[in-house]
Amino acid sequence: MDAILFLLFAAIAVVCAINLVLQSHPISSALSLVGVMGSLAVLYLLLGGEFIAMAQLIVYAGAIMVLFIFVIMLLNAGTELKTKRHLWGMYAGVPLLLALVGVVGYIVHDVLPASGAVVFGSFQHGNPEDIGKNLFVNYLLPFEVTSVLILVAIVGAIVLARKEVD
Amino acid sequence: MNFLVLSLIKAALVAFVLMTTLAYLQWIERKVIAHIQLRVGPRRVGPHGLLQPLADVIKLLTKEDMLPSHVNKVFYFIAPFIAVFFALIAISVIPFGGDISIGPIKTAMQLTDLNIGVLFILGLSGMGVYGVALAGWASNNKYALLGGLRSSAQMISYELPMAMAIAAPLLMLNTLSFRQLVDAQGGFYFGIIPRWTIFQGPFPQVVSFLLFVIAAFAETNRVPFDLPEAENELVAGFHTEYSSMKFAAFFMAEYANMVTVSCVATLLFLGGWQPLFPAEYGSKFIPTLIFFFGGAICLYHGANPVRAFDRITLPVAGVVFLGIGAAFLIPIVATILLPLFWFSAKVGVILFLYIWIRGTLPRFRYDQLMNFAWTFMFPVAIANLFITGLLVALT
Repeated sequence: MDAILFLLFAAIAVVCAINLVLQSHPISSALSLVGVMGSLAVLYLLLGGEFIAMAQLIVYAGAIMVLFIFVIMLLNAGTELKTKRHLWGMYAGVPLLLALVGVVGYIVHDVLPASGAVVFGSFQHGNPEDIGKNLFVNYLLPFEVTSVLILVAIVGAIVLARKEVD
Repeated sequence: MNFLVLSLIKAALVAFVLMTTLAYLQWIERKVIAHIQLRVGPRRVGPHGLLQPLADVIKLLTKEDMLPSHVNKVFYFIAPFIAVFFALIAISVIPFGGDISIGPIKTAMQLTDLNIGVLFILGLSGMGVYGVALAGWASNNKYALLGGLRSSAQMISYELPMAMAIAAPLLMLNTLSFRQLVDAQGGFYFGIIPRWTIFQGPFPQVVSFLLFVIAAFAETNRVPFDLPEAENELVAGFHTEYSSMKFAAFFMAEYANMVTVSCVATLLFLGGWQPLFPAEYGSKFIPTLIFFFGGAICLYHGANPVRAFDRITLPVAGVVFLGIGAAFLIPIVATILLPLFWFSAKVGVILFLYIWIRGTLPRFRYDQLMNFAWTFMFPVAIANLFITGLLVALT
């Protein structure tokens, strides 16, 4: 059952990701990204990361992508223009892509331990309680530093986007 | 296999009850608003218009399904599905009562108890925005687009104070599962004051409850926050171009969201199915009393009919009410019905509040709506969360 669900949602994620690149309209691309994030949330759930799955759904699929789509609709962005294909892209594209996939596959295969296969349901510490304990007890400093960093980014964005008021 | 069969039966039951509620909520809304405005409301179809929802369903199903030209077909078709899917699926984590046992079968009055139930609801409400936003955009109509944009901006803005308002009671109750939330609100102070979150120490969550209800009105696009479908500015907002069953899908999603939000408010703040006062003081006789009273009124007016058909309909209704009231007196049945009664009574009060406010309050202006969220609700929610956290940490 777990394996079937995994294959199903992994396939949906990959199809959505490919669709994201292939679509020429920004809204279709953004919605494909929502599909990728939604299926990733299901994959997290299958692996036992309940809190992460819901955070993925609320923060990425729910909040960030809604803002993306909001902006695309507000600016009324149209279909992308297709440019003439580059000579390099036509002939060297597919071989280079295959080479990249091969190298990444080789490295992943080489680095990962041979016996460490994933077992569905073996990880039991994905509930909010354990995550909270880890964040606020074991990793308090990195967590707080990250939040300060994000705050700095927000303030910076506001300063950059601010209109000069007389 | 047993689990599968049981779950299917429960799912069918919950779906049936939810659909009926959605249909009749609309009838109740029309009736209540009519009486607020000194009208009588629907009463042509069936006694007191009771069959009006059925007639509406048939009307919507058989209407011509128009496809406007120049719409983006794919998104135009999936938008109502997205809206209605995320609105309906939320009911699966809502518990309606504690554990019950019918004969050898022991089960919970809930489809599934997630240990992240509250987050699940928040996630679904975040995804529901897509339905409205896409409908507005795909319709290729300026009013629809404006409605969709307003709605997404409003939902993003009000989600923050709503999440903050939810976080405060969670700090006190220490769990994210709806079932455990209600269990943590059981019992009474001094044997009489219920330990619901709005009464519970160290910091009664009254402010939080009000914030949640206000944000919930905005999230569900209801008066006074119904800017996305303000009919005198935007025709009908995001669903201007929709007709027939696709229009009905949006309608259903709105009412399903109302029901979900009322259920969440009940579970988080009003103690779910916990009674208002202990059974020693006779809280288990409250439903019997209410139904007997209603039955007696119906019988009295049936005996002195104002209209001709009241002679038949009111006595029938009265006998049904008396029967339900008597059912609450049978101990075995009462263990199942009492939690359901308290739960639906609280949900019903909040739903009535929705209708009442729609009948009495005017609409906000759009800038007022945004200012209200960011300059009033958000700071208050943060302050409330801060005080709650401090008091929980101190005790």
